[in-house]
Amino acid sequence: MNKISLIIQREYLTRIRKKSFIIMSVLGPLIFAAYILIPMYFATLEDKEVKTLAVIDESKLFTEYGPNGPVFVLPGTKTLKFQVVEGVPIETFRDTFEESDYYGVLFIPSNILASETSLIYSTKQVSLEVSEYLERSMDTEIEHLKLEQQNIADIEKILSEVKTSINVRNIKWTKDGKTQESNTGVVMGVGYLGGMMVFFFIFFFGSQVMRGVIEEKVSRIIEVIVSSVKPFQLMMGKIIGVGLTGLTQFLIWMALSFMLVTGLKAAFFPELNRTPTEQVISSDLFEKGTSGQDQLQGSTQTEPDDTSDVVQEIFGSLKTINAGVMIGSFLFYFIFGYLLYAAMFAVIGSAVDNETDTQQLIFPVILPLILGIYVMISAINNPDNGLSFWFSIIPFTSPVVMMVRIPFGVPWWQMALSGSLLVATFLGMTWVAGKVYRTGILMYGKKNSYKEIWKWLRYSS
Amino acid sequence: MNIITASEVVKDFSGHRALNHVSLEVPDGSIYGLLGPNGAGKTTLLRIINQITAPDEGSILFNGSPIGQAHRSMIGYLPEERGLYKKMKVGEQALYLAQLKGLSRQEAMKRLKIWFHKFEIEAWWNKKVEELSKGMAQKVQFITTVLHEPRLLIFDEPFSGFDPINVNLLKREIIQMKENGATIIFSTHNMASVEELCDHITLINESETVLQGEIAEIRERYRANKYQVTFSGSDERLVSGLDPRFELLGLEENGMGRRAIIRIKSEDSGSGDLIRNLVEITEIKSFQEIIPGMNDIFIQVVNDTVKKKGADHE
Repeated sequence: MNKISLIIQREYLTRIRKKSFIIMSVLGPLIFAAYILIPMYFATLEDKEVKTLAVIDESKLFTEYGPNGPVFVLPGTKTLKFQVVEGVPIETFRDTFEESDYYGVLFIPSNILASETSLIYSTKQVSLEVSEYLERSMDTEIEHLKLEQQNIADIEKILSEVKTSINVRNIKWTKDGKTQESNTGVVMGVGYLGGMMVFFFIFFFGSQVMRGVIEEKVSRIIEVIVSSVKPFQLMMGKIIGVGLTGLTQFLIWMALSFMLVTGLKAAFFPELNRTPTEQVISSDLFEKGTSGQDQLQGSTQTEPDDTSDVVQEIFGSLKTINAGVMIGSFLFYFIFGYLLYAAMFAVIGSAVDNETDTQQLIFPVILPLILGIYVMISAINNPDNGLSFWFSIIPFTSPVVMMVRIPFGVPWWQMALSGSLLVATFLGMTWVAGKVYRTGILMYGKKNSYKEIWKWLRYSS
Repeated sequence: MNIITASEVVKDFSGHRALNHVSLEVPDGSIYGLLGPNGAGKTTLLRIINQITAPDEGSILFNGSPIGQAHRSMIGYLPEERGLYKKMKVGEQALYLAQLKGLSRQEAMKRLKIWFHKFEIEAWWNKKVEELSKGMAQKVQFITTVLHEPRLLIFDEPFSGFDPINVNLLKREIIQMKENGATIIFSTHNMASVEELCDHITLINESETVLQGEIAEIRERYRANKYQVTFSGSDERLVSGLDPRFELLGLEENGMGRRAIIRIKSEDSGSGDLIRNLVEITEIKSFQEIIPGMNDIFIQVVNDTVKKKGADHE
């Protein structure tokens, strides 16, 4: 044991002292934070630009005449305004458009009811947001008009009574009888992030084990080392030492990311700190429903229309995921997934004489990992179907696939089955790897093939 | 007492037999030479003694008991293919390797200071191995091999890659270690160093032991009854006057005069008979038996086994 700990120490210390480790430790969270915060930042930027559309309404269906002249019937939004223009031909707009402040010109032809088409003229591509808003609200307006043409009495009243907006909100029952609201998208995001991180760590640090083995083989120090310790001790020491490096990097990333996100959140979204996210969660249907019909209607109005609300909802939903289970299972699947794959990477390292030779051998090893990523992407949408279930049980893909299922909630027996299979496979794989490794590290100039590896497996120690 | 007793060791590698029932006994306190052409199986045997690989058949005893984990720290091994971690600093690396052999950090540090001083390499302590020349790295590796003062030292081609000055330095250290009670096994092609250092040898060829024993005894065994005579006088008298029991193998000029190589053919004649014959026909300046060198014995034995194998095949 003392010798293993010496090996672990060397592997760990030489790696964390490397410049690349320090650079990655600092840059990692910056990239991570940028990945989360830059879209948020852009979302807030977009809000500020107000777009004004000039409207030429030849159908006159969308124009009302008030005391201040003609007014467009569609209300517009915070960022989209309308200005009805009469008596100016479209050609005039084309010639002077560059000088005007208009975002575009909305042309509603007189036969809109029949053609169901209107046009937007602009010098640039009109944003999806604007065109979708126009299509949606003009649909509603024309449907409204057509209904009125049916000459039904009290049509206005009937319409307003019929108007419904169903908002599907996901309320989770927890074991202690509480209810929690969560946003499926956020839960998916957390699962996806967890799965990707497990994949990335296995791949990155598994390759480091492989490179470490090759380094010892190429530099020929291997023969001296295995005259002092058993090959298995050397292999395990290396795998554990590199794994600890990975965990250290992960912890540094988490700590730095937390500080960064907290800091930037305070700088860019101060309103989040004024309104505790708990308010969003507590406003669920069960509490409101008891106090009557009025509040049921009130609670349907919480559709977020503001960036800060979106952010608030994200952070609120994050709270519904059991952080303890998530972090605990992340560490479990990271550690054992890594150990399983690191043993295979060590075998490849022992079988080749230099790094370029690894390419043909590495494919069968990373294939299940990549398969895991594909299944994971499908499992995000169907966390409980057969495919997701089996791939989260099979040890070679379970570390990646199970990570996306956990935020949605996984029965304990599946966790136990998947976990114990993973541990058992790791033990078996390590035993096999040890046998191949101790032969491979002393072999030079052999063909790199699985046939050769199979031969080594059957050698006596 | 033998420090290493190998009995009937067999090792196969996928169809190829690297060692075929090889046995040897290394007496405690000796310098033991393991000889043989390239690919004969020397390195495999050394790896088995080092517990890097295990034999398929046969056994290895260390000091009378089956070799095991506890013996690792009692052996120092310098493999033929030298190597150190290139990116690691010299001092740190030497400390690490010493600790793997069971020395405490403090003790390793103390001894390393002495050795670095002795080899005049103190300035390298904080250099990375990749900054050292090949010879420098070899010195460092030699130190790490002997630092834990093992009872048994195994050197695979220890002198290859060293300049003559450093070869002498190493030889002195090896003799010193023998005097301090260590046993040394070394494998080499360099027969001059075998004659100079070894007490015993085993010659392995094509996975089998072909010659084994004490150096003096082996050389005695391979005496060919050849004598070198330096004489003054005419060649014709020597050639015509030589008794038929003796055979003239060659005549040549050397710095001191004419030199003849003569073999005694008949079993019942000795060197006295040859001298008596020579006195009558020429004037002897010097007379010396030619004792075969290990180099000649090596070549002769290896060629003989190759011929024998060839004959077996036919």
